[in-house]
Amino acid sequence: MLTHPLTLITFIPLVGMVAILLCPRALTPMCKWVAALTTGLQLPIAVWIYAHFDSATSAIQMVERHQWIANYHVYYFLGIDGISVSMVLLTALICFISVFASFSITRAEKGYYALLMLLDTGMMGVFVALDFFLFYIFWEVMLLPMYFLIGIWGGPRREYAAIKFFLYTLLGSVLILLVMLALYYYGDAHTFDMTQLAARAGSYSLTFQRICWLALFVGFAIKIPAFPFHTWLPDAHVEAPTAISVILAGVLLKMGTYGILRVNYPILPAASHELAWIFLGLVGTINIVYGAMVAMAQTDYKKLIAYSSISHMGYVMLGIASFTAVGINGAVLQMFNHGTITAMLFILVGVIYDRAHHREIDGFGGLAQQMPIYAGMTGFAFFAGMGLPGLSAFISEVLVLIGAWQTHPLMTVFGAGTAILTAGYLLWCFQRIYLGPLNEKYSGLTDLTLREAFTLVPLAAIVLLLGWYPHAILGLIHTSLDHLNQVVVNAATSATVALR
Amino acid sequence: MTQQFWPLGLIPLLPLGGVLFALFGGRRGGRRAVNVVAPGVVGLAFAVSVWSLARLVSLPAGGALRFAAWRWIAAGPFHVEMALRFDALTAIMCLVVTGVGALIHVYSVGYMGHDEDYARFFTYMNLFTASMLILVLADNLVVMFVGWEGVGLCSYLLIAFWYTNPEYAYNGRKAFIVNRVGDAGFLLGIFTIVYALARGGVWTVTFAGMSHQAALLQPYATAAALLLFLGATGKSAQIPLYVWLPDAMVGPTPVSALIHAATMVTAGVYMVTRLGFLFTLAPAALTVVAVVGAVTAFFAATIAMVQTDIKRVLAYSTISQIGYMMLGAGVGAFSAGIFHLMTHAFFKALLFLCAGAIIHELDGEQEMGRMGGLRGSMPITWLTMLTAALAISGIPPFAGYFSKDQILEATFASGHPTLWLIGVITAGLTAFYIFRLIILTFYGESRVEPSKAAHLHDAPAVMTVPLIVLALLSVGGGWVGLPRGFLWGEAFNRFLAPVVIPPGAELATPGSGLALVMIAIPIVGVAAAVVCYAQMPGLPVLVAYKARLLDSLLRHKYYVDELYNAVIARPLFWVAAYVLHRGVDGAVIDGLVNGTGLTLLEGGEELRRTESGNVQHYALLYLCGALGIGAYYLYRVVIR
Repeated sequence: MLTHPLTLITFIPLVGMVAILLCPRALTPMCKWVAALTTGLQLPIAVWIYAHFDSATSAIQMVERHQWIANYHVYYFLGIDGISVSMVLLTALICFISVFASFSITRAEKGYYALLMLLDTGMMGVFVALDFFLFYIFWEVMLLPMYFLIGIWGGPRREYAAIKFFLYTLLGSVLILLVMLALYYYGDAHTFDMTQLAARAGSYSLTFQRICWLALFVGFAIKIPAFPFHTWLPDAHVEAPTAISVILAGVLLKMGTYGILRVNYPILPAASHELAWIFLGLVGTINIVYGAMVAMAQTDYKKLIAYSSISHMGYVMLGIASFTAVGINGAVLQMFNHGTITAMLFILVGVIYDRAHHREIDGFGGLAQQMPIYAGMTGFAFFAGMGLPGLSAFISEVLVLIGAWQTHPLMTVFGAGTAILTAGYLLWCFQRIYLGPLNEKYSGLTDLTLREAFTLVPLAAIVLLLGWYPHAILGLIHTSLDHLNQVVVNAATSATVALR
Repeated sequence: MTQQFWPLGLIPLLPLGGVLFALFGGRRGGRRAVNVVAPGVVGLAFAVSVWSLARLVSLPAGGALRFAAWRWIAAGPFHVEMALRFDALTAIMCLVVTGVGALIHVYSVGYMGHDEDYARFFTYMNLFTASMLILVLADNLVVMFVGWEGVGLCSYLLIAFWYTNPEYAYNGRKAFIVNRVGDAGFLLGIFTIVYALARGGVWTVTFAGMSHQAALLQPYATAAALLLFLGATGKSAQIPLYVWLPDAMVGPTPVSALIHAATMVTAGVYMVTRLGFLFTLAPAALTVVAVVGAVTAFFAATIAMVQTDIKRVLAYSTISQIGYMMLGAGVGAFSAGIFHLMTHAFFKALLFLCAGAIIHELDGEQEMGRMGGLRGSMPITWLTMLTAALAISGIPPFAGYFSKDQILEATFASGHPTLWLIGVITAGLTAFYIFRLIILTFYGESRVEPSKAAHLHDAPAVMTVPLIVLALLSVGGGWVGLPRGFLWGEAFNRFLAPVVIPPGAELATPGSGLALVMIAIPIVGVAAAVVCYAQMPGLPVLVAYKARLLDSLLRHKYYVDELYNAVIARPLFWVAAYVLHRGVDGAVIDGLVNGTGLTLLEGGEELRRTESGNVQHYALLYLCGALGIGAYYLYRVVIR
């Protein structure tokens, strides 16, 4: 019996980081194994959390609450519900995988793995913190290692990408900070407790809600990233090392939509109901279509995947904006599925980059002959990205679209129609890289190594499993999400009544 | 009455097992093991289908077998079960898919006998069979969509099977994307139905459940039916989405026989029939189905008349014949459509397999210009293909006659004389182009390259036995649906009647003048082909010269591919590359971002000058700030 599962899963990486930093120079090659062990310990805890999570209630579970800074009513308050539990699982999984995807890093390993561990703690913390102040601390903790991981271990234009990432995110952070303070000072009982902030949601004036909502939206939209705040992402991806791209796409992007579900929706429900159709629905639809269109025009393999990732995050936004139980369940499932599938895609890009040292789509050709297992795995991931039934993304995208069809039919038509474009750019890319006659330059390439297969197979297995048994995640999340959706819908109803 | 029957699960699972075997054990197990397992599992699935049929007929009429495996999706009120259903309609589809499928698998053992990639080939073939079985066994729309996209995937994989050829890879991609257009329509159709039912508080996607909700479906029936039909035009290669099928012919010929002739491409017809309760609520949509079917049938037949590649003739022929099936469904004669689907599966699979036998023998030669005179060296292929040709032409008593006749009679009876006329003319064209093919390949002087001509002979038994079985079916397969009054007359329709919506109008009595016309027209077509290509070979050349414009139009397939490229594909890519990627993303957004970044940097430089260390400066700034804040509060107090 674990008594503090959430503290444990959040801070184990920090212990790992200290261990890595204390590693004597002679033992530097051991750093990656320390990291592997650390994230390897996180996994069984995540499984424990999965097994002990009570999906019948929407209440906060596994709560740990201690006063931290008494003068400012700051608490060390951790807990999970259906909104966060799947993200905790995803983070543990992706971090574990990304350690093994990092083994090709040879420069300054010690610093790299130490920062990776710090990043892990920051991300996990964001998903389990329920005190806004604590949430914000974790949010910031996660940004710095990301900046350095891209800026130091990145590609040729790493500094541009890192600064762009940093400036965008800084802007987002400032806005979130301002709203946090505004919420704290609202009324007489100062609190950072998100559950209490949500409980008094009815007392916020609509104008106050609107301003806070928009500021928060921009803060979170940058992370998703939502159009037009997305241009940092392709640059960051292209420069970032493989494992960092995996984390970026697999976990970091979910912070944006998670923040909306954790802060905007429960704390500012009336504004959510009023504004979501434009800023989540319409912008989400633009993300879907725009991401797919721009992906089609890419010549860099990794950039194509990055824009594809933007497109697929649009479904999450559209589902959240639907205000139906079906759509919101689909959205959170899509967050999970996007995490596993794009993680696979970025690992796959890394595989070929490690061998050929470039990513020009037109610079390959016929690799399926030379690397059949690699090509097969890529095909699997591509079809998963296209939402092929039997693979996980199909379920989440269909749920999102069914939900959205109830409220925004026109947007849904665009969302469903984009499936054609997605098939278009992915298959075109597949054809250029893997099909056709083998490019003689690459007749010496070797197929997937055991380590690479080890990073891909678990993800593929999950993608397949969730295609046939989505209940493994849906069963976990649905009570909380149905409740959250009801809160927003009710708040909107009572707001309308109040106006009359 | 619905009875639980778990062995239904075996029908798709058996070929899925074959997939796993070929995928993971194929290389280790060796060619012989795969050659036994891959056709074997399909044969076993056929056996289980027969078993299920035996159980089905023991139930009272209108009964069904059902197997609910697990609750697949549940989100809010929306829930979908992973469930299979076996009724009369499914029974026919299952038997066709597994029966014809098994024969084609056996044939493939011979056809792919020299290909290194046999394991991958049979992986895809078994996966296709499993997907197709899921499609026809599905108990609800969403499970059906799994099979629907699954067969599309396998089609892609098999068209691009020899992927080192860039053209083949392109054609595979084209097929998948065109199908995706249809699939988007299918999905939106599902959403429309879900929406219509949800308005009334009903959340179901099962066929049985939906069919009882006519009142709720009514207001959205036309929209839903048209969207779903868009899906059908994709998979079943009808106007406007037929363009992928002719190019799909670059796959191995058994694939063309199984997927692109006998089974997958008929999925649209099956879907329209399965959802007959919805389509009959929307007469406008049904009319669209009928018109699209008839026009496609005619249009594709005209193109087939001038093609010189043997497989392309058959490809356009398939499009044309599916047009007939759609016409049948569109005029409400659903069971006639399914009847033609079944007979077509026999004779079209046979035509393709015969073509495959020829191509195999001629080392990949597909141009009819380099065939001719094969009758003597390949007698079994000749006789079986001739049988199939008679069947597709609609000459009694071959299978195609009965089914095509039923469709045309129903068309006339339902009050669509124009569509009937199109159908009858198309029947003449059909007889013409198929006998043109027969004459060009089997009769006349041999035009085979001398190096290949020496050793010509029939294919080995593993390939010819399936040909003979299919030939027998092409003769007798139509007899289950004899016209009313003959022997067991209309047994096929009676079997389907409890499941399929009965036709609105009474069928015309056979033996009428109409029936005579429908016997005469194909004979005229055959005769015309014989005159043009056997008696007076100069005639077609002369006609082609006299009608140069028409000939060129037909040879270029009415320039539809070119049109789609110019109107859709290229503008879309141009907008993506230049307007969105370079314009919006590059110039506008990144221009702003980089501009802001630079301004900040410069601004930082400027700001540094203010840090002069001069206390008076600081005091001045402090004062300005204080005044500003004071002014703000003053403003608030005064204004409010």
